[in-house]
Amino acid sequence: MSEIAEKVKAIIIDKLGVEESEVTPEASFTNDLGADSLDTVELIMEFEKEFNVSIPDDQAENIATVGQAISYLEEHAK
Amino acid sequence: MELKRVVVTGLGALTPLGNTVSEYWNGLVNGVSGAAPITRFDASKFKTQFACEVKGYDPENYFERKEARKMDLFSQFAMVAADEAVADSKLTEGNYDPDRVGVIWGSGIGGLRTFQEECVNFANGDGTPRFNPFFIPKMIADISAGHISMKHGFRGPNFVTVSACASATNAIIDSFNYIRLGMADVVVTGGSEAAVTEAGIGGFNALKALSERNDSPETASRPFDKDRDGFVLGEGAGALILEEYEHAKARGAKIYAEIIGGGMSADAYHMTAPHPEGLGALNVMKNVLRDANIKPEEVDYINVHGTSTPLGDISEVKAIQSVFGDHAYKLNIGSTKSMTGHLLGAAGAIEAIASIMAVRNNIVPPTINHFTDDDSFDSRLNFTFNKAQEREVKVAMSNTFGFGGHNTSVIFRQLND
Repeated sequence: MSEIAEKVKAIIIDKLGVEESEVTPEASFTNDLGADSLDTVELIMEFEKEFNVSIPDDQAENIATVGQAISYLEEHAK
Repeated sequence: MELKRVVVTGLGALTPLGNTVSEYWNGLVNGVSGAAPITRFDASKFKTQFACEVKGYDPENYFERKEARKMDLFSQFAMVAADEAVADSKLTEGNYDPDRVGVIWGSGIGGLRTFQEECVNFANGDGTPRFNPFFIPKMIADISAGHISMKHGFRGPNFVTVSACASATNAIIDSFNYIRLGMADVVVTGGSEAAVTEAGIGGFNALKALSERNDSPETASRPFDKDRDGFVLGEGAGALILEEYEHAKARGAKIYAEIIGGGMSADAYHMTAPHPEGLGALNVMKNVLRDANIKPEEVDYINVHGTSTPLGDISEVKAIQSVFGDHAYKLNIGSTKSMTGHLLGAAGAIEAIASIMAVRNNIVPPTINHFTDDDSFDSRLNFTFNKAQEREVKVAMSNTFGFGGHNTSVIFRQLND
């Protein structure tokens, strides 16, 4: 697993208080990991801070699963 | 319309003296000071370096980590105290209508640490706003009542009162009123505060409101002593279950005491200084006695606001002497703030609990740290200095006054059928 993927998973585990085994690529933040709309906003902000990127709102809406977050950040992280 | 009777059927406390009602009451009766050097931040550059913090508190004993992260400490304190009170009251599914159970909480400030942290983060950045989505819902004072309702499913009246150090007493009075008017059967009330932060201590220091007795924190809160030099900031929460009397009887609830009156007034004088003659304090005590429909001579114990500030203590005692006349010499005056410090918006809640426990146990907790008499006070008054006093306490009055000139007072009485 890439370093970015490791960091993404760590952030999700920390912010959503979930077990590592639950954080699969297909896992949806809201449907599988118990996030509400505010949690999702906070996750995106943590990704922005950790990877020094700015994620526009219209693109943030497309990041709904662990896998989507990892691939977005692998593409955009500086 | 006939007003309904209202009784107290549950208590909860998270205080500098102990993290349950029984620990708190034991601390009060034994004259324990809750003051110690500040642990919540590095206070070495502050004029005041001590406070009455809650001790041994670990959020993970009460909350999931994720849940705790979304609550400022003042809301966590609210939840813990409310949980104890609800459990104590034995309100269980089926013996109440959740649509008729309210939560009316008090907090003077709300999430001060959350506010401070978010503003500091922004100031340290490059101007790009990166505020946490939980910033506002963590900070706002009313979220405490919201959290309590969500946890327990109480869907009746729900809000928070804000009147600085009178906040919790305002919440108790509002709760009393809603129940006696028939608008709720039960209300979870009380207050919480968690202002031992850089902004809290620094702000009150700038007002010259806090004691600066850093060499002896445990003797710093000394209401009515000649050498008092300000209040000691405290933190924590107190919770009370107020319930309509017939509702409580019907479900066989334990009844601690009856709440028989609530009074309110304003000084209309100064932002932070009390009226020099204690006019607002005098009026509020007259109001509460009138509301309770009792004579001044019936009051056995006054849990005073008594914060240990040079001016406040004097004006309150002047007011007591005007209202009670010669009876002032017969009743017990006590400031539990000598032990707990000043919990700001939660003060009225934990002091109501002290008053209720005094009524229940016929013991008046002491005003500790009395070393030197102050000639400003009539020596015939009984301030319950240094040692708890056993006596019959049929009726107890609890006063709280807030910056802004808000004055509140409530009266509890042993239940007479």
